Amino acid sequence: MSVKVMIPTPLRVHAEGKAAAEFPAKTVAEALGHLTAEFRDLKQHLFTKEGKLRSFVNVYLNGEDIRYLEQENTATKDGDTINIIPSIAGGAPVAVAPEKLTNEEILRYSRHLIMPEVGMEGQLKLKKAKVLLIGTGGLGAPLGLYLAAAGVGQLGLVDFDVVDFTNLQRQVTFGSSDVGKPKSQAARARLANLNPDIAVEAFETKLTSENALELFRDFDIIVDGTDNFPTRYLVNDACVLLGKPNVYGSIFRFEGQATIFGMPDGPCYRCLYPEPPPPGLVPSCAEGGVLGVLPGIVGSIQAMETIKLILGAGRNLKGRLLVFDALEMGFREFKLRKNPACPMCGEHRTIHELIDYYEFCGVRGEEAPAPDLQVPEITPRELKARLDKGDDLFILDVREPHEYQICNLEGHLIPLGELPRRVHELDSSREIVAHCRSGKRSAEAIDFLRKAGFRKIHNLKGGILAWSDEVDPSLPKY
Amino acid sequence: MADTGTISIGAESEERMRLHGEETYPYECCGALLGRDVADEGRREILEVFPLVNRREDSPRNRFSLSPRDVLAAEREAVTRGLDVLGWYHSHPDHPARPSEYDREHAWPWYSYIILSVRQGVTAEVRSWRLAEDRSQYAEEDLEVRRPEEVKR
Repeated sequence: MSVKVMIPTPLRVHAEGKAAAEFPAKTVAEALGHLTAEFRDLKQHLFTKEGKLRSFVNVYLNGEDIRYLEQENTATKDGDTINIIPSIAGGAPVAVAPEKLTNEEILRYSRHLIMPEVGMEGQLKLKKAKVLLIGTGGLGAPLGLYLAAAGVGQLGLVDFDVVDFTNLQRQVTFGSSDVGKPKSQAARARLANLNPDIAVEAFETKLTSENALELFRDFDIIVDGTDNFPTRYLVNDACVLLGKPNVYGSIFRFEGQATIFGMPDGPCYRCLYPEPPPPGLVPSCAEGGVLGVLPGIVGSIQAMETIKLILGAGRNLKGRLLVFDALEMGFREFKLRKNPACPMCGEHRTIHELIDYYEFCGVRGEEAPAPDLQVPEITPRELKARLDKGDDLFILDVREPHEYQICNLEGHLIPLGELPRRVHELDSSREIVAHCRSGKRSAEAIDFLRKAGFRKIHNLKGGILAWSDEVDPSLPKY
Repeated sequence: MADTGTISIGAESEERMRLHGEETYPYECCGALLGRDVADEGRREILEVFPLVNRREDSPRNRFSLSPRDVLAAEREAVTRGLDVLGWYHSHPDHPARPSEYDREHAWPWYSYIILSVRQGVTAEVRSWRLAEDRSQYAEEDLEVRRPEEVKR
């Protein structure tokens, strides 16, 4: 019983270029089953993950649409022909000025609708809202999830980074299977799954002075979930220039901050921090560490403030800096006033366009590099070679005790901060190799020792991370 | 992402598409792209466009669809002209020429999808897209408009 399945042109590339294939089959389902078994790549283009025919895929048996027969159970016989013809469909991301909620939406948001503070009117405001999230990391994760769940009609996600294994400790939009994927795409997929009724757009791009204004224009509210100073100033300035609110959040170890900048009579980021800190002073999450759940709390606060702005409900954080201390479990508030002399949002604005923010923050390149110290260096391989030879080297570990517990080279531990006080423990007549995790702190230690008169000193280039890469992979990286 | 090669369209056809988008504004327009795909040379040439009628009467401002009959009609038209259906075009009224989630869910690989952004009744940008093999996203194709003297045969 041989049934002929005609393969449409776009799918032939997945069927070894064939225009048709024949299979023994008693039903349409069987024939299609054979087809996708032989040409595995065809399956996802014909069927959904749940195994149903995609809505736009039309199957005809001898010219008749199987929907009007027995669908996939339609019986087939020798010499029958099956045609697969797509419907072509598509459209713009979101309805133009949505005026009503569908029945499905009413059911989805029922827990909103039964609250008088939200109601149909509020939910429609959410549907019409367009919010742009800068950053899809620790803060962006709860932000995206809760704004999507609440039914914000249009969400944009800006992130040019790729999901890293170390992100999974706090960036809860991602799963293990997302490691290596572009963050904006992985986050978009997660949010689209949570709420297919909204439009989520991924912008896998670096936010720069060249694209920020154009990108922000299509959105009503900008939420800053970034992790570096140049971008903070960029987002701030672009928001003030365009007159868009900037829902700000930041975290550091156990403390979080949130506020809203960029409101017409409110302060902007420059009112609070007219000057950026010197590069290298404030560590990133990779350097300083962060308790994963902290951005979860701060990002959720940002989502809450965004929703309140859209609904026009409650009292929002304009002019108020909320500081959250996770260890004490306490919230404090500081009044933030617009600085009348602020060059960005003050009475006499002097900044009228976006500048080079990396230069402004004293940073060249992608991230804030540590101060460039010229110290004598030794690579892990060179160190290993010398130790194997039997050279008498003193290994000085300048990390913290809890890092020593993770892994160590059995060095003598003097945390960097204690070095000045404990330098007498070191013998300047011996050759000393200082190391830390990545080579930055130990470079400072060597610089200190050199100024203290030590001559036989080396910095382990790349730290214990490089040792793990190049000499002993059994040492865990962290 | 697989290398999609180059795609070009004749100036006249491009103009026809633009006008179609402006005629149907504020509703979405749609049609077929007919031409030749020289896969070995990584070249795709759109030689003609075949405007069709948007079957979505309930939501034509932001949705379009073509029935299987329309698809077969486009294929028949292609055959009589000795060409192939390379893909489809449609417009986004007052919206960027970028494919939406809805576009992605209804797309097939291999086809070129051209989107026109028609702003306030005037066609602005025209961009071409191909669906990734794993359906996760689109890759933009570099769409070249051929001036009459550049036609390759």
